[in-house]
Amino acid sequence: MFGLNKKDTSLLIIVACLTMFAPFILNPFPTDSGLAQFNAGYPDLMQRFVIFGIFAIGFNILFGLTGYLSFGHAAFLGVGSYSAVWMFKLIGMNVIPAIVLSVIVAGLFALLIGFISLRRSGIYFSILTLAFAQMSFNLAYSVLTPITNGETGLQLTLEDPRILGVSATADGSIPVTNLFGLEMRSTFEMAVGPWAFQFNAGYYLCAFIMLAAFYLSIRIFRSPFGMMLRAVKSNQQRMNYTGLNTRPYTLAAFVISGMYAGLAGGLMASMDPLAGAERMQWTASGEVVLMTILGGAGTLIGPVLGAGFIKYFENIFSKINDNVLHSWFSFMPDGMEDAVVFLIHPFIGKGWHLTLGILFMLVVIFLPGGLVEGGQRIKGWIQGRRAKDSSTAKETNPAE
Amino acid sequence: MGILEVKDVGKRFGGLQALSDVNLSVKENSVHAIIGPNGAGKSTLLNCLVGKLIPDTGSVMFDGQSVLGRAPYEINQMGISRVFQTPEIFGDLTVLENMMIPCFAKRDGAFELNALSAVLKQQDILDRAEAMLVEMNMADKRHMHAAALSRGDKRRLEIGMCLSQEPRLLLLDEPTAGMARADTNNTIDLLKQISDERDITIAIIEHDMHVVFSLANRITVLAQGTPLVEDDPQNIRGNPKVREAYLGESA
Amino acid sequence: MDAILLQILNGLDKGSAYALIALGLTLIFGTLGVVNFAHGALFMIGAFCAVTLQRLLNLSYEVVDETQTDFLGNPLKVKTPYVEAWFGPEFGGAIIDWAVPLAILFAIPIMIGVGYVMERGLIKHFYKRPHADQILVTFGLAIVLQEVVKYFYGANPIQTPAPDALNGVVNLGAAIGMDIVYPVWRVVYFFFAVVIIGGIFSFLQFTTFGMVVRAGMADRETVGLLGINIDRRFTIMFGIAAAVAGLAGVMYTPINSPNYHMGMDFLVLSFVVVVVGGMGSLPGAVLAGFLLGILESFASMNEIKSLIPGIDQIIIYLVAIIILLTRPRGLMGRKGVMED
Repeated sequence: MFGLNKKDTSLLIIVACLTMFAPFILNPFPTDSGLAQFNAGYPDLMQRFVIFGIFAIGFNILFGLTGYLSFGHAAFLGVGSYSAVWMFKLIGMNVIPAIVLSVIVAGLFALLIGFISLRRSGIYFSILTLAFAQMSFNLAYSVLTPITNGETGLQLTLEDPRILGVSATADGSIPVTNLFGLEMRSTFEMAVGPWAFQFNAGYYLCAFIMLAAFYLSIRIFRSPFGMMLRAVKSNQQRMNYTGLNTRPYTLAAFVISGMYAGLAGGLMASMDPLAGAERMQWTASGEVVLMTILGGAGTLIGPVLGAGFIKYFENIFSKINDNVLHSWFSFMPDGMEDAVVFLIHPFIGKGWHLTLGILFMLVVIFLPGGLVEGGQRIKGWIQGRRAKDSSTAKETNPAE
Repeated sequence: MGILEVKDVGKRFGGLQALSDVNLSVKENSVHAIIGPNGAGKSTLLNCLVGKLIPDTGSVMFDGQSVLGRAPYEINQMGISRVFQTPEIFGDLTVLENMMIPCFAKRDGAFELNALSAVLKQQDILDRAEAMLVEMNMADKRHMHAAALSRGDKRRLEIGMCLSQEPRLLLLDEPTAGMARADTNNTIDLLKQISDERDITIAIIEHDMHVVFSLANRITVLAQGTPLVEDDPQNIRGNPKVREAYLGESA
Repeated sequence: MDAILLQILNGLDKGSAYALIALGLTLIFGTLGVVNFAHGALFMIGAFCAVTLQRLLNLSYEVVDETQTDFLGNPLKVKTPYVEAWFGPEFGGAIIDWAVPLAILFAIPIMIGVGYVMERGLIKHFYKRPHADQILVTFGLAIVLQEVVKYFYGANPIQTPAPDALNGVVNLGAAIGMDIVYPVWRVVYFFFAVVIIGGIFSFLQFTTFGMVVRAGMADRETVGLLGINIDRRFTIMFGIAAAVAGLAGVMYTPINSPNYHMGMDFLVLSFVVVVVGGMGSLPGAVLAGFLLGILESFASMNEIKSLIPGIDQIIIYLVAIIILLTRPRGLMGRKGVMED
């Protein structure tokens, strides 16, 4: 189906189901239960899942296939956000032109940076991308203030022209982003017994776009182009002596992944029309690296898993506090309860980054293939046990 | 006029004159061996032919066109394929994929953004790659990772990859270095078969006299960066200058 | 003229910090072949050694002094640091005042220990892995270290003043009839950096240990074949590199109040410095450190900023990009380092 083989088609269908039913899947706990705070099925968070998913999918096309580790991808996301907000300011609140422009601008920006950075490889490439991203970040904060609005960040105002829309709504407020009239913030709530499920227009727009992005990445992985990129990672020397020019291949991968990042930035601004320079900082670039590696670089589903995993636990961990811990461990004797809570305390709440750092190190050390490799190992282990069971069964049978 | 004409090539690294006044003519459809003691400049010469190094002086013409100043991939597209001393293959890819990549390079040129069609739908490429695998006797290993192959198989794969581009000149850099006797003989047989059955010129840099005299029909002896003599194998054997510079030393 | 000299001086103290961190990075890279993204964190840990010592010295006990009252009329609680109680108010007070320089002694064993544990516990296992993996794992480590520090010390910058005697300004131009007023501590920092750099270079140049390490940097395999246990020496070099970064951090605290993410801020710049100087070249790292520090300070002059707006923000990166593209091996880099 869709020009994919059976395995890829089922993967695509699984991802499609997960994203379409996310409002149910992420809201397993009834609204009044004590566990409701671990629900993740609200629009804001779900939007973040899929937007960062797009970002990581794009990053993976570069890093996973070619092995070029960019530490500056957040710059493209930031550029995408700024472009989108400018479209909202100048043209109108429809998200389509904003998203289109953000992809184009990020692509051009990536073409420029990639053209220069890809003249070097290895650590030098990483440093060059890092330098470009930091430069963009610093400029966005200082000289480019007329475009980026500096530290405050770029926001919509009532004075914006919006030539295809209105500067202000009838009641004098700033209009909201929409898709041909469908407001991105509009949410339909469905109450089923004690559960409440939220279906948000913005989320579904992002989810559909992520599915398209995911589908495109499968096609790229399975194409001759994808094979060439893997060959670049494996042996550049052989590429050159096989009559293949590696530069345009890597540049194309860089631009494509930059456009994915721009798309993510444009969507971010479409959900919440503001853009700040901190989106371009190198720690933000580091985050997408974390997501991709944690999920499994070079695999199709890995980056999506990584993005979902990090964003989900970031949200959950920051909500757990000592009171929650005490209620969890209340079955223990008092002293022990306090000790356990004391031990866990540094890793929760604001300590989420500590947990993330440790987790990331563990993955790099023990599971270089990320969560996907972990899953495969568990699967292999179970199958191995089963195979063992059946083989021992076979051996014993003839003996009888 | 040979297919490869090297004229007055010189190359200097700092204080070391690696090559000077190298003149060499490789005839079409011959097997031309370049031999010489260690440090004679064989590898430097080879690197000048494939675009890795640019000589300071002289010219290198392939089929009437200069190769100087062109990138390795451009020289390859002109019809020169290179086999390395240690096999250079795509270790992370399967054997079949390894074989497909040169087929793509032959069909699509140095770059083609073929990002949306599936590899498995490229029937012509698949057929060519499979045919070459059969010819190399490796069809049963098509789904193995290339890194897992034995040394001899890696060499076969690399030669097969070069051949699937249908090059006019095949350059080999000590193709049997570090191989066991049996593997060496297999490689000699393979190269003989290639040169007999195909419309191809082979230039080979080699240390092993057994390989050289089994294969070559023309030999250039390089010593201290300059060709000492160029002749037919039987004359090289008896040449006292060669004995002095090379054979005497190795014997 | 005065202004130019002042800018050069201004560049020197930041340049000193860059040079010290880049020197450590290069030592680690040159000896162990590891790209250490956690090096900035070592700089930060050094700075927090100074904070810790200062806090330890200020540990006090309280006495209620009935003779005095505070503004509410309650008896005044007087805090006396233990150090003052033990050594008398004068000498004890001096110790507290000199906390930052004293922290050098405090930081050296700690930093060498941290470096040793890092190398033996983690980095050792990454020698054979690709550079990307080394970057990733040390990047993870940097996050962990910085979060641990944040957990114990909070997110806000902590004031760590220099000793009173070194807190003022000095007119460096007085001798040559010019007016160049400059903070004393920054002069101290520069000379400190020069001493450390000189120490490292002479250690490598004149001791047998240093000779082996240099030989190992040039050709690890051959030195290993000579039957010399190069790994142990490299571990020690890692400790030394950690100590250099730590000391740079200790002494930097009065210039910039330390916070948990100062390491990351310096790390990016230090990498740029290393690349500009040339991967694996110690003199290159030092030269590039000072050079970029001075360039940065010139770029922040108003005259130049009005000519090219924003140049002060990007000068270092711009120079790095130009250098990388025109001289891929950096100013003094060797051939073949990380070029595959």
